[in-house]
Amino acid sequence: MTEALRFDLQIIASWIEPEARVLDLGCGNGVLLSWLKDHKNIHGTGIEQDKDKAANCIARGLTVLQGDLSREVQDYPDNSFDYVILSQTLQQVYEPATLLSMLARIGRRVIVSFPNFSHYSIRLQLLIRGQAPKNEQLPYSWYDTPNIRVITLEDFRKFSSEVGYKIIKEAAINTHHHDTQGHIVHWLTNLRATYGIFLIEKQVL
Amino acid sequence: MTTNKQQPRIVVEQQFFTFAEPPNQMLLESGARLGPVTIAYETYGQLNTNRDNVILITHAFSGDSHVSGYLPGDGEDAKPGWWDSLVGPGKGIDSNRYFVICSNILGSCMGSTGPASINPKTKKPFGLDFPMVTIGDMVDAQKALMDHLQISSLLTVVGGSVGGMQVLEWCVRYPEMVRSAVPLATTMRHSALAIAFNEVARQSIMADPNWNRGDYYGKEGPDLGLAIARMIGHVTYLSDEAMRQKFGRRLQDKRDFSFGFDADFQVESYLRYQGSKFVRRFDANSLLYITKAADYFDLVDKQTTRESLHDLAEDAIKFLVISYSSDWLYPTYHARELVQSLKRSGQDVSFCEIEANCGHDAFLIPDERLSNLISGFLEGVPND
Repeated sequence: MTEALRFDLQIIASWIEPEARVLDLGCGNGVLLSWLKDHKNIHGTGIEQDKDKAANCIARGLTVLQGDLSREVQDYPDNSFDYVILSQTLQQVYEPATLLSMLARIGRRVIVSFPNFSHYSIRLQLLIRGQAPKNEQLPYSWYDTPNIRVITLEDFRKFSSEVGYKIIKEAAINTHHHDTQGHIVHWLTNLRATYGIFLIEKQVL
Repeated sequence: MTTNKQQPRIVVEQQFFTFAEPPNQMLLESGARLGPVTIAYETYGQLNTNRDNVILITHAFSGDSHVSGYLPGDGEDAKPGWWDSLVGPGKGIDSNRYFVICSNILGSCMGSTGPASINPKTKKPFGLDFPMVTIGDMVDAQKALMDHLQISSLLTVVGGSVGGMQVLEWCVRYPEMVRSAVPLATTMRHSALAIAFNEVARQSIMADPNWNRGDYYGKEGPDLGLAIARMIGHVTYLSDEAMRQKFGRRLQDKRDFSFGFDADFQVESYLRYQGSKFVRRFDANSLLYITKAADYFDLVDKQTTRESLHDLAEDAIKFLVISYSSDWLYPTYHARELVQSLKRSGQDVSFCEIEANCGHDAFLIPDERLSNLISGFLEGVPND
């Protein structure tokens, strides 16, 4: 019944063990949660701001809360989840450091993915045309973009350690926006990857 | 309301269950005893052999057990039950699959024991001798009905407004029986605003000379007070936006002001009509008792409940909380507070605010979104 997963979601899904407790922040229409439920029998919860999308999720039998994710994560008891997923959302979060600290409280591990702003196509646009870059991963203009943050793979590595996480796994991938196929980039990742996906865990001090 | 004329009418009969015969009267939360107690109820669909496909619907303050379909004596132009759009064969709550029960609440006047019932001690209607009942007492009476029907597991308890309070009360009183719960357009406790409206409604009844301290049965009742109480109620069930769209400042059957106190505006005429219609079907004392029960209801402070939602963690209940964007009686922040407390106690909770401009009443208005939400949610409720 479940549709083929987008390539980046396939990678995220492959990192999650069966029966895990999963919180998907910005879960959209619940594609990933639904797949994980069907294939890995996870205990999933989603948070989605959009009312219609949240309603779609609930109508397909998923546990989903309609609301603002930065606000909604505050109410969960400590260690409520094995994995918290922040897929393609970090670039839209107003206070990423606060959010990641909160996620360290409620979850054991966090999976973060975002479009890589240091991809060569983006670098070239800024360098040659002198305009705010647009590509398939970041298709908006400066005045209408929901992506209020620009993040590169290198930036995220630095940031995650600053907010107290260590990186367990990372995948730099090259794929188009809605594609179910893509490939993993192994060298010059910061230059060649369209998306970065990180599995991070809070550092035990 | 839309009815499909092609489909045969579903005809349902109201049934009655009497329990708590003296000396085993029901012990109420106030400490008073009441008995015998009769509960009117209707059922839809078939109970399966495992007796685990039961959906209990809890109605709002002026509702009744007639949730869907038609009653045996209904004429051609009769309206179907109050949630006919949601409940029935092939609908959001599908009576082909589920065994649906709805009972009239304790204290009401639609077949169950209430202040208009005969007091066995005096052989006259109770009036104000009827003991104060709470939402918890209403739920206890429903529990007695479930015991009578030999039902020990509820696939879901679903209801809006005061019905939603009963849903929540079920979850704290009998969590072991409840597999999922759908509280709609409701609250963990009344705000001062909600209590204020109820108090104005009650005062309008009690200020009517015909009310006679509740002793009016067999005489002319406090019709005017009851009608005004209903008018106030209707204002709270609508919204600024709903009223603007429905009436605006349009005049009723006239082009100019009457420069008097007739109903010039459509909204005046509508409220007067709703008020007088309500008088024909509802008992003023029941309104007093039920509104007070709703005001006393408080899941937060445990003032009237034995347990609060925080004690639920052991019993896994799947929750679906729904609010409506234009509900100003129980605005969305009430629902979010409920969701917050469910999350904190580790419950499996889904929440959605439905965009609607018709105010608190939205949960009663046919809406495919609600049907889809509920039917999909029910699919995900695990078996016993």
